[in-house]
Amino acid sequence: MKEIGINHVDELFSDIDEEIRLKGSMNLPGPLSELEVKRETERILKKNRTIKDLDSFLGAGVWPHYVPAVVDYVASRGEFLTSYTPYQSEISQGLLQALFEYQSMICELLDMDVANCSMYDWASSLGEAARMTARVTQRDKFLVPHYISQDRLMVLKSYAEPAGIKILEFSQNIKDGQIDLEDLKKKISKDVAGVYIENPSYLGFLIESPEAIAEITHEAGGLFVVGVDPISLGILRPPGDYGADIVIGEGQPLGNYMNGGGSLLGIFACRDEVRLIRQMPGRIIGITTTLDGKDKAFCMVLQTREQHIRRHKATSNICTNEALCALRAAVYMALLGPKGFQELGEIILSKTYYSIMRLSEIEGVRVPFFKAYHFKEFTVNLDGTSKSVQEVNRELLERGIIGGRQLSHEFPELKQTSLYCVTEMHTTRDIDRLHDSLKEILEG
Amino acid sequence: MKRFRQAKWSEPVIFEIGSPNRKGYSLPLSDRDSASRRDYEIPESLRRHHAPELPEISEVEVVRHFIRLSQMNFSVDNGFYPLGSCTMKYNPKINDVISSLDEARLIHPYQPEDTLQGMLEVIYKLASWLCEITGMHKFSMQPAAGANGEFTGTLIIRAYHKLKGELQQRREIIIPDSAHGTNPASASMAGFEVVTVPTDEDGCVDIEALEEATSHRTAGLMLTNPNTLGIFEEKIREIEGIIHDAGGLLYYDGANLNAILGKIRPGDMGFDIVHLNLHKTFSTPHGGGGPGAGPVGVKEHLQHFLPVPLVGYDGKKYYLDYDVPHTIGKVKGFYCNFDVLLRAFVYLLTVGAEGLKRISEISVLNANYLACKLSKIRGFEIPYGKDKPKKHEFVLSCSPMKSDTGISAKEVAKRLLDHGVHAPTIYFPPIVDEALMIEPTESASIEEMDEFVEILTSISNEAYNEPEKVLKAPYNTSVSLVDEVKASHPRTLCLSWRMYKKRLKGKTLKL
Repeated sequence: MKEIGINHVDELFSDIDEEIRLKGSMNLPGPLSELEVKRETERILKKNRTIKDLDSFLGAGVWPHYVPAVVDYVASRGEFLTSYTPYQSEISQGLLQALFEYQSMICELLDMDVANCSMYDWASSLGEAARMTARVTQRDKFLVPHYISQDRLMVLKSYAEPAGIKILEFSQNIKDGQIDLEDLKKKISKDVAGVYIENPSYLGFLIESPEAIAEITHEAGGLFVVGVDPISLGILRPPGDYGADIVIGEGQPLGNYMNGGGSLLGIFACRDEVRLIRQMPGRIIGITTTLDGKDKAFCMVLQTREQHIRRHKATSNICTNEALCALRAAVYMALLGPKGFQELGEIILSKTYYSIMRLSEIEGVRVPFFKAYHFKEFTVNLDGTSKSVQEVNRELLERGIIGGRQLSHEFPELKQTSLYCVTEMHTTRDIDRLHDSLKEILEG
Repeated sequence: MKRFRQAKWSEPVIFEIGSPNRKGYSLPLSDRDSASRRDYEIPESLRRHHAPELPEISEVEVVRHFIRLSQMNFSVDNGFYPLGSCTMKYNPKINDVISSLDEARLIHPYQPEDTLQGMLEVIYKLASWLCEITGMHKFSMQPAAGANGEFTGTLIIRAYHKLKGELQQRREIIIPDSAHGTNPASASMAGFEVVTVPTDEDGCVDIEALEEATSHRTAGLMLTNPNTLGIFEEKIREIEGIIHDAGGLLYYDGANLNAILGKIRPGDMGFDIVHLNLHKTFSTPHGGGGPGAGPVGVKEHLQHFLPVPLVGYDGKKYYLDYDVPHTIGKVKGFYCNFDVLLRAFVYLLTVGAEGLKRISEISVLNANYLACKLSKIRGFEIPYGKDKPKKHEFVLSCSPMKSDTGISAKEVAKRLLDHGVHAPTIYFPPIVDEALMIEPTESASIEEMDEFVEILTSISNEAYNEPEKVLKAPYNTSVSLVDEVKASHPRTLCLSWRMYKKRLKGKTLKL
């Protein structure tokens, strides 16, 4: 204080109007010692029941997957954890390279050329994708399928509406979930910036003719946007293979925990086309060399798209993203490699079908509701039983099981239907127990 | 001065490591046969034909690769990180321990509320504490980052005017020229036109210009206070009067809240909407670019516009509250970045009300100490608000040095890296030539700051005596100056390994 010529620290706040200054102190708990904080926080968190306490069959956008120990180990390194966005390339090569590797490995999974180093989550990626299609095509309509998560749709609308983008829905066949191509053809026009599908869909079924949708979209001059669960891509066709221009999705399954729904990892990728790349939102890392040409090096690129340079003309306002989640995904993808993704995909597929088979044995239960191929998630309909989803879920919870997500609020026409999810985390015994419990509840 | 040498591993890109059939994972294969393959055979047309070209690496190789990369990355845990407006304070480790508990990680957002009482309690309590800290009425904890919070805030401004039937008329949001770039970007994302007002000599909003810019077209004003020059907008009440009289709303960018905790609250200054950056003021680690959290607080008259769901408490149970009549909807999936909120929750319990106040006092004292010392070094000056106390940060300009020696802010920044300190934010705010925006935070000790002064003094000496040395810096980092122009040039642009290989093949690239 002597150095700067003051006697009391209050002098540094003398420019704040006395009248509006805070008088007295804030009403907050603490301070507590580390031990007390730990005790108190643990006491509160214990009120949560985890998927270790209960057998949970919830998915619907966030899914239980195993996180290898190496992922936690690497992500807890302070050098990554406590660094900022890598503005100073020379001293941040480690993170820059790791994020470049994330982008590169995600591209391989999706069969795309370019990925950014993350958005907040799948939902915000969808919002940004709609806006990007409008910027690229200078059109103002964005078409979405009937069966998508209503939460995700709400986020999409928040992003789209202020940009003057109209969200229109095309129908899906209620028997097999497949896209109604005739309806799509009716709705597509020269005003449509983009057409969006999810594969696997929100309700777990696979879309069997994605090329046809790509073709209809491209013929009308629109962009084809596909949303994916990346864990499916060890065995399912990647969107780049059937004509996607932009691919988005939820990267949480790649080495990230469910965290009660956040932090998550928004995937955002596109093809190597200048008109697309220039309109990409978010941070992108590129590979280059040092100025003297001696070493390879990495840095953030195309920053003229971004808010800190372009201000109100930026492609998006995003800056802080989900870099650490992307790092986790990078470690995860490196550990699994091509064979790991393939084996994991087969395991999940087999568990999906085992579950479908077992639950179908129960009188009056229709599994899946949609006659289509499924991956990881499937619909269970109880219309043929005497109980509602709500009743069944309550009784399941009494038995230590969290049943599937009730869908009647989102899709009333599906009546007593819920969405179940199985992954490598569910053992055959867990599935058998679900079967036994459901049977007991429904058949008495 | 300490000597610094960052690790240099010449670490290959991950695709260059490993060999076929090597693997770093193990999967529960024995349990797979629960359904025989023919039960679930899916047609070839849906199957992937070529395996993804991912690397095939053993576990130890993966660990070594990423540990080496971590060693080539500078962080708060490594040393001084005075990156202005980013509040790179120390992140207490207990926060990470708590957020890594199973009870925090292994929970699903769609679980019945009864099984998520712990999570909901944390969200509810943290929101109420933030209300107390900011003087706002209600907080939404949904936004995933500051910019996501700004987007939420500008959507609320939009919804508010729409409900009043004035959206057609109120098309403009006023933003000072010293504002963070996210402000105009967010306003524009929410469909507004941006009107920029200049800064006066004292480093504050030019009141006359503000009056002129304000009209029946004004939807609101976005303001950071203290602003990015580290100066408190003394005329905040006048500003508030101008905007509110014109029917606009006042938006507070909370990126710089660290300066005024327990001293003055945005709510008491007259702001209607506030966003905070938990990854700045509330010590959650920045993770190399996220995840963060950007909760948004509003005054009572705007509470019905907040995103859904909010978290409520009925005296016995916490619950998700979707009953928000004029809600703007949702700005991200699910409820919030819970792992980030939890860290901030732990932090606030640790420091308490008096601790928060102390944090602001020390961070402001530190900034003034550094400002005083650094402005005396040859070649540097503080162009705005010379005689005003700084708050948590200040903007130093090396304009004199640039005209004397040709050495620019960028080159000073690069030379700083050689001494094992992170560079300040440079060329920001754009109204200051050759800007170095410095924020020491309360975590900086006096020894650390004195060393920083010593380092900048030596760089000044070099600039005046051997400028070549500064021009070619850095020397001690993992790599020397990176060719950022080549990185973004259309012919050499490589945004993935796949693009890199394609460019190599097409011979448009020589690396």
